[in-house]
Amino acid sequence: MENQTVRPLPFLTATRMVIRMLAVQASWNYETMLGTGIGFSVEPALRNLPGGRAGQAYHEALARETHYFNAHPYLAAVAVGALARVELDERLPPAQIERFRIALCGPLGSVGDRLVWAGWLPFTVLVALLAYGLGGGPVLVSTFFLVIYNAGHIGLRVWGLNTGWTHGKRVAGSLATPILRRGPEYLARAVMGLSGLALPLAAARILGHSEMPIADTARRTALGPHALVFLLLAIAALLGLALVKLHGRVDGWRVALLIVVLLALHSVAT
Amino acid sequence: MTLTMILMFALLGAFLGLDVVSFPQAMLSRPIVASTIAGTLGGSASDGLLAGVFLEMMALETLPVGASRYPEWGTASVVGGALYVSREGDATSALLFAMLGAMITAWVGGWSMYALRRLNGRWTKRALPALEAGDASVVTWLQLRGLGADLLRGFALTALALALLVPLTTIAIAYGHGDSATIRAVLVAVAVSIAGSAAWKLSHGSRHGPWFFVGGLAIGCAMLLRP
Repeated sequence: MENQTVRPLPFLTATRMVIRMLAVQASWNYETMLGTGIGFSVEPALRNLPGGRAGQAYHEALARETHYFNAHPYLAAVAVGALARVELDERLPPAQIERFRIALCGPLGSVGDRLVWAGWLPFTVLVALLAYGLGGGPVLVSTFFLVIYNAGHIGLRVWGLNTGWTHGKRVAGSLATPILRRGPEYLARAVMGLSGLALPLAAARILGHSEMPIADTARRTALGPHALVFLLLAIAALLGLALVKLHGRVDGWRVALLIVVLLALHSVAT
Repeated sequence: MTLTMILMFALLGAFLGLDVVSFPQAMLSRPIVASTIAGTLGGSASDGLLAGVFLEMMALETLPVGASRYPEWGTASVVGGALYVSREGDATSALLFAMLGAMITAWVGGWSMYALRRLNGRWTKRALPALEAGDASVVTWLQLRGLGADLLRGFALTALALALLVPLTTIAIAYGHGDSATIRAVLVAVAVSIAGSAAWKLSHGSRHGPWFFVGGLAIGCAMLLRP
């Protein structure tokens, strides 16, 4: 019912806001975090306040919108839409808008981190690694990854802006949508399945590129030409297990760097 | 590698470094893409992809969560891809030293991002009176200044890394006598373990997650064993 009464954002204003939101983290800092970026993204909508760009309302609203703000950069679109709506249509008192801004930070940060950084990104990366493992070339693998990832990325930003604008101060309810609520769980399962599937295939393809002196021996074993891959997967599993056990104490990439340094020194020294 | 090539890679590093956080975060900066583009620029997209796959597996555990400090893989992947495609000598040794160069660049890149954020903070503090007055031009200027500084950061980091690492890797490859099969095998094992443990740490808490992993692994291994 509520949706039918909301006038849509003017197309040009919405387009400007979407483009500006792509740079929402351009001046990210430890003091105001996304604050300036949020102000920058909402600004095209604020021009519609009484008095336009020269009006008192515009300057007061812009000052408010550049205060401290923290959220996931993609889901910040929900905040941008909702803040534009409360400034323009709902005309809440300034103190209430400030409280509303602060209240949005937590949910938009945690939902976004779980959905995008811990879900969608590793999922699409593993799809790309699977495409590589199945023999995909450079154009196919990288284009495939970019298209899938950005379908979700741009879709989420546009949805966020529309949802924020449509629901205004009641936007929190829209965060209970099935995609945001159940999506991270489904993506986590897909990530688990894909990592088991894609990593052996990618490893096999990398090793298939090289001339392996031990490949001939490996061919004579029961596991055939991929015996070496299975042996390496077993070693990788042990190292991976150690990294899982040391979670929070050791970063995997630091361990990798140490091993690569030792390997490089060994290579030069022998 | 000629100076012109270094400058071209630096320009690519600048734009892909910008994509990591500032604009547009479309994941052009992920190693599997960034290194492939660098490879294409250097004359071999498939070599760039190979380097990118290794780096992507190592980068999988890095979550670009707001205030945390993490390695910056965008410019690092350009450096890794560029070092690998411009190799002179044994391909596997070149891959090893390209990976090493990329990982060091990623580490330094993480520090440079931290420095940039501190710098953005200082600029924002200085602009607070104008921000409190709702001055739109200052808001735009802060955003543009942040973008420009990040662009410069990526350019300088890539150019410096290549200027230092190209001669060093050339010497190292010339002196490197490691067994190619062993080097590649160790690199694969390390990369797979980082990626596998990253996926496990992120997702094993999901309902039946470990079973999905076992199922995927069974299908993957079965595909390897097919005639």
